Amino acid sequence: MDIYVILKQTFDTEEKIIIEDGQVTEDGVQYVINPYDEYAVEEAIQKREELGGNVFVIAVGPERTSESLRTALAMGADEAILIADERICSDENTVSKVLASYLGSQKVDLILGGYFSVDNGAGQVAIRLAQLLDIPHVGSITKLDIRDDKAIADRDAEGDLEQVEVTLPAVFTAQQGLNEPRYPSLPGIMKAKRKPFKQLTLDDLDIDETELAPKTERIALSLPPQKEAGQILKGDTAEQVKEIVEKLRHETKLL
Amino acid sequence: MSKTILVVAEHLDGALRQVTYEAMQAARLSSTNNDKLHIALIGHQVEDSIESLSYVACEKIYVIDHPDLEQYNPEAYSNALKQVIDISNPDGIIFGHTAIGRDLAPKISARLDAGQISDVTSIENLDDHVVFTRPIYAGKAFEKKVFQSSPWVVTIRPNNISAADLRGEKAEMEQIEYAKPASLRTVIKDVVRKTSGKVDLSEAKIVVSGGRGVKSAEGFKPLEELADVLGGAVGASRGACDADYCDYSLQIGQTGKVVTPEVYIACGISGAIQHVAGMSQSKIIVAINKDPEAPIFQIADYGIVGDLFEVVPLLTEEFKKVVD
Repeated sequence: MDIYVILKQTFDTEEKIIIEDGQVTEDGVQYVINPYDEYAVEEAIQKREELGGNVFVIAVGPERTSESLRTALAMGADEAILIADERICSDENTVSKVLASYLGSQKVDLILGGYFSVDNGAGQVAIRLAQLLDIPHVGSITKLDIRDDKAIADRDAEGDLEQVEVTLPAVFTAQQGLNEPRYPSLPGIMKAKRKPFKQLTLDDLDIDETELAPKTERIALSLPPQKEAGQILKGDTAEQVKEIVEKLRHETKLL
Repeated sequence: MSKTILVVAEHLDGALRQVTYEAMQAARLSSTNNDKLHIALIGHQVEDSIESLSYVACEKIYVIDHPDLEQYNPEAYSNALKQVIDISNPDGIIFGHTAIGRDLAPKISARLDAGQISDVTSIENLDDHVVFTRPIYAGKAFEKKVFQSSPWVVTIRPNNISAADLRGEKAEMEQIEYAKPASLRTVIKDVVRKTSGKVDLSEAKIVVSGGRGVKSAEGFKPLEELADVLGGAVGASRGACDADYCDYSLQIGQTGKVVTPEVYIACGISGAIQHVAGMSQSKIIVAINKDPEAPIFQIADYGIVGDLFEVVPLLTEEFKKVVD
């Protein structure tokens, strides 16, 4: 079984965001595998352990992404592919087309990705990719069972659970609760250094560059208004509780 | 030349979802006077929703009603919506950023070769272009985006664009027959409604949220009671979810959901950056924590330093008096 994981490198979720010259500054930032993609990597490895085959991790992004791909190899993935090219913009349409161009020419049984990335948070690329490859998808899954050429997945739909069966190949996006991602072991880290790592540019892909023009553009970036620390209430607990209820009654129309 | 904007309506338990009205408002905000508003309603036995829609000021309501569309199925819904799009021929399409919208919008965008801006929280209509604002890093920053091509697709975050008065003359309705495909590669085997009767977390006006301080699954009980009295929803921090006190579907933060209720009551939550990203845009934040140094107090409008197991039941009692 050939399992692909589409992966993005993101800021660690404990990072503060600082804007300089209209850009989010990357100075001194800790990068991680997008947490949702980490579930996808773990699920791919578990499925290979169960069914045999190979796990490929693929990313479209800057050079630094290779570090996260190495981490995925250390977790147990077999091969990594990084498509790094400054001509590729971050628009979701563009990224999904680049991925579709590569994956469309490979033998693929299963594609796993994260439900969304914790940086951009748009949640488009994996589903666009499924459509471009003309294969089904199940979004936000918390369980995945493969039975021959079919998969049954539990989809978390805002707390409700949908059980969905699809014919393979198919794309799945990982929601929290799917599994508990493993930490790379020391032997895993050593082995990762010798695993195949392919780095590509647009020139290696059969793709029409005009197809990659961005369809959206960012025109401004800002931080949210700083929230002021409010007031810590005084008095005994019963008094404080009464005060809160009064304040909420006056300040909202809800009660 | 006038444009057409298509709103993809969502209904739940026989009624239109609040986010659909917000999407109609979003359509108005992104159009000018001459533009047309169309609505797509897909599902099965949607009469009640049609009834509520028919008094909304719009040019056309397209309905596809078929037993195969009773449950959301990405392939079936995408096919049905494509049928509507082929007739409506919209310049822009607006979805709610919901379980269905998040799943269906990118599929339709790729199918139409359209750009998409997801999770929009506000819209500005300038002379010759429309600017969409959306959070990034779960709200640690905001970006303004514009489209470079048409048609375009937008999903809007619930609870952010307020639905203004949308009443109008009875709108024209067109039933479209569902072009049922011979077979689909996606089959919905079962749907377990765990949330029926409960307020949806992302649409809730009041959220009562628990962290590690809640200490156990049992410890969420008083929070649930408070949420019930207030007609709100229960949420949780990653700490509480990781410790198995509650389901991951309740998690609020940069991993998990981002919520923007009128009132957010944080109980036993320290206020890690990753959690704060998911709730700091709430209108009023109340924090209850034993530790007076907890970072949550830095962003709370009102803080109570105390034991949540003492404070929360008292709050429930006090609110009961008010609600009654």
